[in-house]
Amino acid sequence: MKHTLLNARSLCAGLVAALVVSVTPVRAEDTIKVGVLHSLSGTMAISETTLKDTMLMLIDEQNKKGGLLGKKLEAVVVDPASNWPLFAEKARELLEKDKVAAVFGCWTSVSRKSVLPVFEELNGLLFYPVQYEGEESSKNVFYTGAAPNQQAIPAVDYLMNDLEVKRWVLAGTDYVYPRTTNKILEAYLKAKGVAAEDIMINYTPFGHADWQSIVADIKKFGSAGKKTAVVSTINGDANVPFYKELGNQGVSAADIPVVAFSVGEEELSGIDTKPLVGHLAAWNYFMSVDAPVNAEFIKSWKTFIKNDKRVTNDPMEAHYIGFNMWVKAVEAAGSTDSTAVQKAIIGVEAPNLSGGTSKMLANHHITKPVLIGEIQEDGQFETVWQTEGLVPGDAWSDFLPDSKIIEADWTDKLNCGNYNTVTKKCSGQNYE
Amino acid sequence: MSAGPLSSRFDRRADVLVGGLIVLVGVLVPLLNLLTPVDSPLHLSTYTVTLVGKYLCYALLALAVDLVWGYCGILSLGHGAFFALGGYAMGMYLMRQIGDRGVYGNADLPDFMVFLNWDSLPWYWHGFEHFPFAMAMVLLVPGLLAFVFGWFAFRSRVTGVYLSIITQALTYALLLAFFRNEMGFGGNNGLTDFKDLLGFDLKADSTRCALFAASALALLGGYALCRTIVNSKLGRVVVAIRDAEDRARFIGYRVEHFKVWIFTLSAVLAGIAGALYVPQVGIINPGEFSPLNSIELVIWVAVGGRGTLYGAIIGALTVNFAKTLFTGALPELWLFVLGAMFVLVTLLLPRGIAGLLKRGEAA
Amino acid sequence: MMRLRRILPLLCMLLAMIADAAADLAEGLDKLKSSNFKHKAEAVTLVADSGDARGAQILQALLDGRLYIRRADQLVVIVADNAATTELLDAATGAALGTAAKSDLKKIAINNQMRLGLRASLARLSLGDPDPDARLAAVHALIAAPSEQTQVMLRDAQKTETDERVKRAMAVVAALADFDDESPAARLAAVETVRGSMLGEVRNRLATLVEENADGSPVEPDAAVRAAAGAAIRDIDAARARYEFIETLFFGLSLGFVLVLAATGLAITFGVMGVINMAHGELMMLGAYTVYVVQQLMPNHLEWSIAVAIPLAFIVAGLVGILIERGVVRFLYGRPLETLLATFGISLFLQQTVRSIFSPLNRAVATPEWMSGQVVISDALALTANRLYIIVFSVLVFAALLALLRFTPLGLQVRAVAQNRAMARAMGVRAGWIDAMTFGLGSGVAGLAGVALSQLTNVGPNLGQAYIIDSFMVVVFGGVGNLWGTLVAGLGLGIANKFLEPYSGAVLAKILVLVFIILFIQKRPRGLFPQRGRSAEA
Repeated sequence: MKHTLLNARSLCAGLVAALVVSVTPVRAEDTIKVGVLHSLSGTMAISETTLKDTMLMLIDEQNKKGGLLGKKLEAVVVDPASNWPLFAEKARELLEKDKVAAVFGCWTSVSRKSVLPVFEELNGLLFYPVQYEGEESSKNVFYTGAAPNQQAIPAVDYLMNDLEVKRWVLAGTDYVYPRTTNKILEAYLKAKGVAAEDIMINYTPFGHADWQSIVADIKKFGSAGKKTAVVSTINGDANVPFYKELGNQGVSAADIPVVAFSVGEEELSGIDTKPLVGHLAAWNYFMSVDAPVNAEFIKSWKTFIKNDKRVTNDPMEAHYIGFNMWVKAVEAAGSTDSTAVQKAIIGVEAPNLSGGTSKMLANHHITKPVLIGEIQEDGQFETVWQTEGLVPGDAWSDFLPDSKIIEADWTDKLNCGNYNTVTKKCSGQNYE
Repeated sequence: MSAGPLSSRFDRRADVLVGGLIVLVGVLVPLLNLLTPVDSPLHLSTYTVTLVGKYLCYALLALAVDLVWGYCGILSLGHGAFFALGGYAMGMYLMRQIGDRGVYGNADLPDFMVFLNWDSLPWYWHGFEHFPFAMAMVLLVPGLLAFVFGWFAFRSRVTGVYLSIITQALTYALLLAFFRNEMGFGGNNGLTDFKDLLGFDLKADSTRCALFAASALALLGGYALCRTIVNSKLGRVVVAIRDAEDRARFIGYRVEHFKVWIFTLSAVLAGIAGALYVPQVGIINPGEFSPLNSIELVIWVAVGGRGTLYGAIIGALTVNFAKTLFTGALPELWLFVLGAMFVLVTLLLPRGIAGLLKRGEAA
Repeated sequence: MMRLRRILPLLCMLLAMIADAAADLAEGLDKLKSSNFKHKAEAVTLVADSGDARGAQILQALLDGRLYIRRADQLVVIVADNAATTELLDAATGAALGTAAKSDLKKIAINNQMRLGLRASLARLSLGDPDPDARLAAVHALIAAPSEQTQVMLRDAQKTETDERVKRAMAVVAALADFDDESPAARLAAVETVRGSMLGEVRNRLATLVEENADGSPVEPDAAVRAAAGAAIRDIDAARARYEFIETLFFGLSLGFVLVLAATGLAITFGVMGVINMAHGELMMLGAYTVYVVQQLMPNHLEWSIAVAIPLAFIVAGLVGILIERGVVRFLYGRPLETLLATFGISLFLQQTVRSIFSPLNRAVATPEWMSGQVVISDALALTANRLYIIVFSVLVFAALLALLRFTPLGLQVRAVAQNRAMARAMGVRAGWIDAMTFGLGSGVAGLAGVALSQLTNVGPNLGQAYIIDSFMVVVFGGVGNLWGTLVAGLGLGIANKFLEPYSGAVLAKILVLVFIILFIQKRPRGLFPQRGRSAEA
């Protein structure tokens, strides 16, 4: 009896000991650690796993070029499992335990919101590669995906001017990115003279699978004799049944084009694209872009992933740009210290994959070209329109009354992510 | 569950051991974090403090599940809902504490309401700026929901899988409802960006340690309360209901009353766990209502061994520790490990880890 | 071709200004090589109006994405199909040019405006098509692109038209142009002509007749025309309301049958055996992946892929089910809640397995030609073909299952074991074997559900999770252990959901249905059709 009690006790003790051991910080070695915080399981694995692989490839290539500051880079991959509180835990693990120099990660807005306080508290660096709703500029986050003005607004301009669309369906999944984007678009459309009855807004839950009624409604809305288009902020998984239903109910791209902000090459690789041909997407990069740097990137990606059929997409490009900017900033600063990198990275230029050069702006967003493409049968996009030059990312939308008075500037001029130009106050900062 | 003395010597010794360990951890972890220098080998990082603090909340939640499942035979697959409701009540208080320090600097409205164009605070947000009110809600909201739900369900004698499935329906409906931005709870993003609690900065190590100690205290209190209940006459009736509901009814006990009270109490404990969890992880969102979460927490209890109370705690700690370990060390494989663990435990350890320990004692 | 030849003189007459059709065609083809979409659009007009007999074929090829430029000599060619090597035709002459590799060709890309223009041009060219359905489609397409030219063509074509439906459609489209006629009598006649037509454009044009100007005066000066238009609109709206009801009912039924299909397998394992199989969703996922694999193995026979996949999916999911039963579940009989835990573990395992083998990305499953498109009931009502097939498929699966349980020896033994295991064993039934078969059967049906779902939604590792909770709700609502209950519950919930949706939105509809189930179970704690027996006391 005595020894079993000992057993029980030693088990518990062992548990605690294991805990303590596992969380004791590892001594810094002669590498620079880079955190990769993308879900490898759960609902978001579908999108994020690719980004993890992209980061591994970029780090691998940098090491082949001799590493950074004479040291090798080492990727620290963790799995936050599409669980938002786990994102915060893993972010803390990366920053506090693994002492990574920078983290590349997150996809959904909520995961970013979840880790944000951790990054601000521990003064980490997060490179966030996905198009998002804006309304944020943190000292510790670099937004390499598109802000609404780099995706949504140009897309609507294209529809309005080139396709002469008069009636608008704003369809989205019910979460913050579609809500905010649609609010901005609604304000924008109304400013352009579109009447309220010509705008239909519809929200559906995540993973919505039964689109029969909604597509029927869209059809009805589009049969009023005016050219109609759907601006879709429908999230990942819900897109396949949506497009399938569109195709089945006979809504073709020529009648009611759908322009999507969350459907890229990777999503299309999981869809039978035949009924989708002609529908549109707005991104800052397409795999089909004709540029030598892009061809090279695609080649090394296919070699790295050992699969000739894999595609590249916009968030991958965002990581490519973000990683190169970080490398340049570290080289310029001569150290991986967060504060030094934050100072050095503003104004840093790095090539994007469409042949231009993107620049990190003072508001921690970057300049990007905006491309609009039509879906082709092979799952690629044919660019039908693109902006003349690069569009600078705008953290705070000019079309929302509450946010147009806010400015973000992380140079010494303001050193604030949400500076209210009316009250002249810097609000909501979580750092000293 | 075989009959037998409800509180064996092993149980009593386990009580002392578990209670002692909770006290030890509750005191030692904050002290090692606050009082040791950062580079000392004894130092515990803040990461560890919040991590273990989170585990303690999970342990309290598991305890609540064990009380209804292990002792009363009610398999609730919706206990995550009570946990989340407690968390939301706390989250609302914390949101109100932000005041004009949000990104838009609006003193009356939380940020998410500003950018969704709400003009004024919805009525159900009023009062949450007061800590006592919010704390009352932490207890009342889950408690009331459980009471109403239990009252109807147990009076109609909904049992077994039917009950399990409608608890799933309950948490699923709440999940969908809280996802809706019109509900005024921040939709998918939930509540986040908390600043301080009762005036103490949530980012300060001292606040974290205090929350940690509070979680340990709540767990200890919850454990003592549950133990007292299951050892009391009430507890014996409850176990009788678990083992032979009809017989207990024929003897003259109002079965549904006992069930409702145990269920409500368990929901309140889950609510407290949620309230302590939120300030430590810094976010509450509808994901906590996900039916799969509720199933998972039943599995913690099963892994630890149900009907023992300490088993629930061991289970919650083991599974979550494994999760932390494997999502870091074997991100591609951790679901295999987790899945295999559930299968093996149910097949080989029907009474969980606690049963294993107990069997070791009998040998 | 006969008809094409018949209207060719007509086209030539219209385009009398243009001297040489072939020259226009050549110029058009040349312009198509431009990378500027505006130039290409002009090229389309040139080709369409050239009057050259080859116009229709070229434009159709362009619309289908089969028009290419041969890199070597910049010749515009039509390819036979989109395979890697393909037969070539000279676009200008129609002469066969042998085969060529895709890499030697460059596709002529088109955009949406061009597609619209192409469709209108093709519609004009196919007014003389021998197939009445094609002519009807052409007339409908012409509504979108009204012009003087099309009006003249329509009126001429009407004279020689033999098919009543097409004739009627032509009359309606032609009458729409008369809405702008000077004379009130002509307008009134036009309104009377279009009356009863359910085309969307008719309703829109009629609505313009009853509108008011900014100063409150009616747009249409003639009261009789206004009254006729108003009456016609009321007719259309009443008819539309009827069709909408039918449509919603159909939506509800199709959603309901998907639920029934997903829940039937569960009703067997859960209802008949008392096993709470949390891996049920993953078995559906396996069925869906089976379709994917089949399509990968026979890329050239997509139309047969579903037929091949149905038995395969049943076998694959069934075998995995038997494996689960023999390996895990059989040790847990009598402990239903523990089967829940173990099978939850299995579901995680299966998900991650699929993720490792097929990657976490969704896989593209094509819909065979015969399953896509719509079944047109009337101008205002068309039902989607794949949903119709799925309804039929669900009914067949359900009927087969009922027959199996009722009329076969296996079914008899399954029912015997479900009712009284000990007695059944005493009578010589191999209970263990029956358990495995029953579980395999339920799992196989889940695999069949997966085949249906592969046609509706994502084929990915998360497919099962999306349906598992709904399936449980259906089974419990219907009453555990009762297949008819599952049918009624699935259909009821599907239809309720779809009728609520227009009023409450998709999310609220779902919440309301869930709340309803919770309340219903309070009223009838054993579901719609309660059952006695072993599983009733689970």
